[in-house]
Amino acid sequence: MYDFTFHKPTKLDEAIALLKDADDGQAMAGGQTLIPVMKQRLTMPSDVIDLAGIKELQLISISSGIISIGAMVSHAVVARSHEIQSAIPALADLAGMIGDPHVRNRGTIGGAISNNDPAADYPAAVVGLNATIKTNKREIKADDFFLDIFETALEDNELVIEVNFPVPVAANYKKFPNPASRYALVGVMVSRGIDGVRVAVTGAGPSVFRALKMEAALNQSFAPQALEGLNIANDSLNTDLHASADYRAHLINVLTRRAVTAIA
Amino acid sequence: MHSVSMTVNNMVVSGDIEGRTLLVEFLRETLRLTGTHVGCDTSQCGACTVHVNGLSVKSCAMFAFQAEGTEVTTIEGVADGDKLHPMQEAFRTNHGLQCGFCTPGMVMTALALVNENPELTETDVRIGLEGNLCRCTGYQNIVKSILDGAKALRSQT
Repeated sequence: MYDFTFHKPTKLDEAIALLKDADDGQAMAGGQTLIPVMKQRLTMPSDVIDLAGIKELQLISISSGIISIGAMVSHAVVARSHEIQSAIPALADLAGMIGDPHVRNRGTIGGAISNNDPAADYPAAVVGLNATIKTNKREIKADDFFLDIFETALEDNELVIEVNFPVPVAANYKKFPNPASRYALVGVMVSRGIDGVRVAVTGAGPSVFRALKMEAALNQSFAPQALEGLNIANDSLNTDLHASADYRAHLINVLTRRAVTAIA
Repeated sequence: MHSVSMTVNNMVVSGDIEGRTLLVEFLRETLRLTGTHVGCDTSQCGACTVHVNGLSVKSCAMFAFQAEGTEVTTIEGVADGDKLHPMQEAFRTNHGLQCGFCTPGMVMTALALVNENPELTETDVRIGLEGNLCRCTGYQNIVKSILDGAKALRSQT
């Protein structure tokens, strides 16, 4: 890969200043996507700003029904956290399904959602659990954060600080992994909260999306039977060498029913 | 070039490297610890697995500067002199390798799995090996080796 200048700030302000000053600065979280992508020269930053030295990005806290996960908390830590396992077990389960053990030791929630890979798991959790993303500039609702393939609402020099998850009444994540990459061919997060049912689908389209017709049906009757014949229009879904749009549409229904069955 | 310093296999080491130097390049080319292998260089095969502060990582997907000040353990730090570590011995007696290319990563992964859960089951091992590829064995004897190695380690304590 091309060479660059490596920085490891210990304060958030310092990291933002480094990003602003660089010709083409790139913040790095766990680097599990960024480093392979830099090897392929798909991105060639002049400066890489490693966020691992910033302590305030590494915290997990629970208060008044909200779980806050710092941007630099690894998937392995979320998966093993007793606090998260007891408050939102579906979230700990999802984190434990990402990649493989070595990737989970390095990869972080902030990096994963900022990258917005269409087949990543975390976007389904953030949207399906109606989380709020806190950045150095503002708070962004999950529904407004993920815009399109590898595209989020984050502006230049805007970094995720933490993700705040309201604790739902119940939730479940079902994933059909690509057997080679372990990315989601389709992943579905179903939750029941005070504002009703949410069904968030990852892996199937250009970016995570909510299955609104399924949510409406489940708000009427929270049972797998409510989803009979309710299929996502396949013209909005991905077709690639791994699966056709029809197959993904089928999987969305199957996985949603399984998640509902697990909760109901 | 800037100086990086870390502890590798209980020895404090340092070297002058570029920002883009990967941890695996620092280990192999600067320190000449060539037991850690580069298989795919795309973070899929796990041949480059080492421990950083006790956690298994792919050293081809980490910059050496990210390991500044950490404790790194590579396959060279596992045996006790000429005496194989019980996990290495288990790979030998169970024929857990053929060409041997993936073996350093397999052993480092096995040790991380045992550290996390000494009472490993076969399912734990198979799930735990998701990040490590072997193109020779079909995994059967690797799984046997790790279960056997875990048992040997339990009986030691």
